[in-house]
Amino acid sequence: MTTYTSYTVGDPIADTKAPDGPIAERWSRRRFEAKLVNPSNRRKHTVIVVGTGLAGGSAGATLAEQGYRVVQFCYQDSPRRAHSIAAQGGINAAKNYRNDGDSVHRLFYDTVKGGDFRARESNVHRLAEASVEIIDQCVAQGVPFAREYGGLLDTRSFGGVQVSRTFYARGQTGQQLLLGAYQALSRQIEAGNVEMHARTEMLDLIVVDGRARGIVARDLVTGQISVHLADAVVLASGGYGNVFYLSTNAKNSNASAIWRAHRRGAYFGNPCFTQIHPTCIPRSGDHQSKLTLMSESLRNDGRIWVPKAKADTRSPDQIPEAERDYYLERIYPSFGNLVPRDIASRAAKVVCDDGHGVGPGGQGVYLDFGDAIARMGRDKVAEKYGNLFEMYERITAEDPYSRPMRIYPAVHYTMGGLWVDYDLSTTVPGLFAIGEANFSDHGANRLGASALMQGLADGYFVLPATLNDYLARASHDAVEPDHPAVAEAVADVEDRLNLLLAIDGDRTPDSFHRELGELLWDECGMARSEAGLHKALDRIPELREEFWRRVKVPGTGAELNQSLEKANRISDYLELAELMCLDALHRSESCGGHFRVESQAADGEAVRDDKDFSYVAAWEFTGSGSAPVLHKEALDFEYVHPTQRSYA
Amino acid sequence: MAGTGVLMLLFLVAHMLGNLKVFFGPEEFNSYAGWLRTIGEPVLHASWFLWLQRFGLIACVVLHGVAAYQLSRRDLAARPTRYQHRPPARASYATRTMRWGGVILALFIVWHILDLTTLTVNPLGKPHHPYENVVADFQVWYVNVIYIVAMLALGFHIRHGFWSAAQTLGANSRDRDRLLKVTANVLAVALTAGFIAVPVAVMIGVVS
Amino acid sequence: MTAATHGTTSTSTMKLTLRIWRQHSPEDGGSMVTYQIEGVSPDMSFLEMLDVLNEDLILRGEEPVAFDHDCREGICGACGMVINGRAHGPERTTTCQLHMRQFSDGDTIDIEPWRAAAFPVVKDLVVDRSALDRVIQAGGYITAPTGSAPEAHATAVPKEAADFAFEHAECIGCGACVAACPNGSAMLFTSAKVNHLNVLPQGAPEREGRVLDMVAAMDEEGFGGCTNSGECTIACPKGIPLQSIADMNREFFRAATKRRR
Ligand SMILES: Cc1cc2nc3c(=O)[nH]c(=O)nc-3n(C[C@H](O)[C@H](O)[C@H](O)COP(=O)(O)OP(=O)(O)OC[C@H]3O[C@@H](n4cnc5c(N)ncnc54)[C@H](O)[C@@H]3O)c2cc1C
Ligand code: HEM
Ligand code: HEM
Ligand code: SF4
Ligand code: F3S
Ligand code: FES
Repeated sequence: MTTYTSYTVGDPIADTKAPDGPIAERWSRRRFEAKLVNPSNRRKHTVIVVGTGLAGGSAGATLAEQGYRVVQFCYQDSPRRAHSIAAQGGINAAKNYRNDGDSVHRLFYDTVKGGDFRARESNVHRLAEASVEIIDQCVAQGVPFAREYGGLLDTRSFGGVQVSRTFYARGQTGQQLLLGAYQALSRQIEAGNVEMHARTEMLDLIVVDGRARGIVARDLVTGQISVHLADAVVLASGGYGNVFYLSTNAKNSNASAIWRAHRRGAYFGNPCFTQIHPTCIPRSGDHQSKLTLMSESLRNDGRIWVPKAKADTRSPDQIPEAERDYYLERIYPSFGNLVPRDIASRAAKVVCDDGHGVGPGGQGVYLDFGDAIARMGRDKVAEKYGNLFEMYERITAEDPYSRPMRIYPAVHYTMGGLWVDYDLSTTVPGLFAIGEANFSDHGANRLGASALMQGLADGYFVLPATLNDYLARASHDAVEPDHPAVAEAVADVEDRLNLLLAIDGDRTPDSFHRELGELLWDECGMARSEAGLHKALDRIPELREEFWRRVKVPGTGAELNQSLEKANRISDYLELAELMCLDALHRSESCGGHFRVESQAADGEAVRDDKDFSYVAAWEFTGSGSAPVLHKEALDFEYVHPTQRSYA
Repeated sequence: MAGTGVLMLLFLVAHMLGNLKVFFGPEEFNSYAGWLRTIGEPVLHASWFLWLQRFGLIACVVLHGVAAYQLSRRDLAARPTRYQHRPPARASYATRTMRWGGVILALFIVWHILDLTTLTVNPLGKPHHPYENVVADFQVWYVNVIYIVAMLALGFHIRHGFWSAAQTLGANSRDRDRLLKVTANVLAVALTAGFIAVPVAVMIGVVS
Repeated sequence: MTAATHGTTSTSTMKLTLRIWRQHSPEDGGSMVTYQIEGVSPDMSFLEMLDVLNEDLILRGEEPVAFDHDCREGICGACGMVINGRAHGPERTTTCQLHMRQFSDGDTIDIEPWRAAAFPVVKDLVVDRSALDRVIQAGGYITAPTGSAPEAHATAVPKEAADFAFEHAECIGCGACVAACPNGSAMLFTSAKVNHLNVLPQGAPEREGRVLDMVAAMDEEGFGGCTNSGECTIACPKGIPLQSIADMNREFFRAATKRRR
């Protein structure tokens, strides 16, 4: 197994596909220069799409419409259940329907800045351009966005931007967008253009002569291991936030698809960039299995505080005004409770670590609507936030109208992922990564309502254009199913599963996952220190060794075996976690979601280091047990000039 | 299902109103029965309407019964394994008893025709004297029981059936739902009460 | 909703008896198996309670109970079991959002899979709901190839229609309606999608074909007919109204007569 005690720095890597010239023309130029595949030849090409979330669903439907033969996978029992379904807030688009000064350029600007200058300008601009088409596409599919009485689309402002560009469908925007893509995909399944394999998990990538030519997958019901060959493979398998065990991600979201592709040669970009969302419902005990997000819109009217006294166990209404610390308002007087996600999260951690936290384990702060209710009246508050209050009460059995909510930050999104060029191609030709699975356009921090935009831009508009180019340029001789590379991939998968079943140890898979998650949360979570990261880097290999010695997986591989699925995913997390810590250790600056305690100003503000770290870290896997290689992709900023963020 | 059900329902409303003529004495009732046989004249021959109606009704009952049987078979097949834990159903009593209620009604209709149309089982059995036959009927206790049980079953069947038919035919809507439910209840009570009034009246001697 | 009695300081735990349907594979017969579980916190979700049981079973060398789940926040529609005879349990919510404070110390809880001919049991509490996907495939979409869309504001949609569409689009495809219906009917699920799409101007061109094809697919999959029992809507965690079925029937008759002409 891998042990990363160190790394080496390899050649820099460049994004060779991005055209230059004026930024607003780059995408149309790339599209024009991309070669096309003759429509009558498309049927001869098979494309594998792993994942049916916003990215995979939209890509599968669009590629099938174009005439390709699509073979698609998801681990859930239906493509409609991909994790994208849980997104609440909304989706950004530079429509400027409000005439409030929004434009493609402004969305581009906000996103580059919001990402703390660690994203590519070309990509982000393209994203902003596509955002406009996305809304048109989704409306045509029947996505029931919120509308005004005149029958036109409603928007709201979100995540601290000054324009109202977020389109939404109550608190279920992700659900509605995903169902739109799922329905488009369903149409193609019925038409015979998509061969859908639900409850089937990709477990390895098949690389033949340096090109991605297929996958090895396991039918989760029968346990059957199967080989699927194609001319290109698209990974749309989502983020890896679940490496932390507790996160807002769906329980079975996993890193296996991208991690195994990484092991087969795809570089991993910025693995340490994770987003911690400030307003989640705190855990209630050791049994906690996942965390639930509360929309950040709550911070518009709620006030955040903790008791001034440490370990104060009085009930909140017993704590007089003078004994409360409204710490965000105190530290950031001009932004107050509306500071960006990373700052709000970190501040909560600081006060809790200091002993002021409330609720079980002191891991919580109050989000108080008392003043809002006094000012606006209970009915107005209910109208605005009623469904969120209800959800909170269902989970905690506390009534947020009469008692302040308790919130705490939680892992929410991973900006890191497989490194891709402008064409969304990984470093393995023929292997593409879209949606949260790639290292994405969000840099070191993602703004609200932009992941949905990115997933759909990739799937509906970007990939279908760039994939044509790849398929038109390369020649694709059929791969024989008995090719040695195929046999090797199958054998690897089978060996790994058999080993997991054979250990028959004395610890459950979940117990390892919880331990790993806690370690990562402590050392590679909201604040990261050199000492802590070293500690984690020492502990992870030990834990991994223990896992392969003591894990217990009952049952067999030839049946529905959820323990086996879990253990298999955890085995990948145990490797990925190490790369995350190594990446976090090497990037000794603070930027976006990545806060290194060594890199802060006297007032506690994060300090970015553009001189040394204005690059994407693309990690190369060099084999189990050997040090990975770091390839740096330098980032240039021609249009938005890096400035230090300040919210004080 | 719904179509035949509604047709039968229409017949029953008319039938009940007709039956209430019993309270106006034998002449009125018997001439009503006679009039039934002259509807449509002179376009139609005597009794043609009655026969048309009979065919229609028989068709309805048969079709309704066959549909009920087929639907029930399909529904039972769609839930082959029952739950081990069966809490009390939340649907109304009327809803849950549609199948048994229907069977009771079917049996009743057979009895009723043998009783008052063919007069096979009628205690008096005097042709062209329906009033007297009816009065004779309800002198017998078990005939009363048969009729009253059947009328109660009918009430329940209609209570769910009327609203259900509206739902099935897509005639229900957000605004109409309440009105339909109220109408179903009124119809069920009115028909049950209207029909039961006859045997009760005979029993207590108001009609004799 | 229970009052704020638990939450921050709940320390009391419960002891429960669980009777769970265990079935190794689709071919095997299954049966109810009894388990004792202790230390259940009222703040646990129902699935977290099963997690605890499963970890215990693994350590005892037994096979854990298989059940479907993913988001654990009531939106993906993956979870679902019949708890004491009720689809998703005693509250109107999904199984993952049901909390143990709904039960009391010493309770016996019966847990069974969704039962319907169209939902064969895969293992334990896991059933195959792909029939619902096939109903959608038969017509539960609007044909709008990528890139062909007109400007979003080209067609105004009255707010009323948009809200109506949204309320039906909320269906999470969990199948609780089928599990609760005495006839194993998928009318509520199908009607939710038909109504979502048919009310929108974008859905109008395919309006007739959609309802006829989806209803035909539903019948083909072996779902039962609707006798308007109303159990489905009571079990539906998203509150899809019973009215939805009448609305679909109206669409159906409209389409059937129009087609014939
Ligand atoms: C609670 C929550 C709220 C959010 N709210 C917002 C919001 O308001 N706005 C916003 O812009 N973003 C939001 N996000 C982020 C956004 O939802 C996600 O980033 C985005 O949906 C990811 O989409 P995806 O298509 O890349 O992946 P996913 O939707 O995660 O889909 C992954 C797919 O891959 C499949 N898969 C995974 N691994 C395998 C494997 N090994 N084999 C086979 N199949 C596999 C899965 O079955 C699934 O189909 C939110 C996220 C969370 C957690
Ligand atoms: C032959 C005897 C009968 C049988 C076996 C029978 C059985 C049934 C059954 C099984 C149903 C469907 C259950 C449901 O919708 O919940 C039904 C519905 C109905 N029945 Fe009957 N029934 C009989 C007689 C009658 C009579 C005499 C009437 C006249 C009032 C009637 C009126 C209705 C109506 C209106 C419905 C509702 C139709 C629908 O929802 O589609 N039935 N019946
Ligand atoms: C107490 C209640 C009832 C009384 C007193 C009653 C009386 C009668 C009488 C006197 C006739 C013969 C009419 C004639 O041939 O001139 C008749 C016929 C009939 N009744 Fe009733 N009836 C009652 C309830 C019902 C109910 C509940 C039903 C149906 C569910 C029903 C269905 C019929 C039918 C189908 C006929 C045959 C009509 C025909 O001959 O064409 N009756 N009834
Ligand atoms: S209608 Fe309700 S119960 Fe049925 S699948 Fe949809 S959400 Fe689930
Ligand atoms: S419970 Fe079943 S019978 Fe109809 S009203 Fe609902 S589908
Ligand atoms: S697990 Fe997603 S709805 Fe319950």
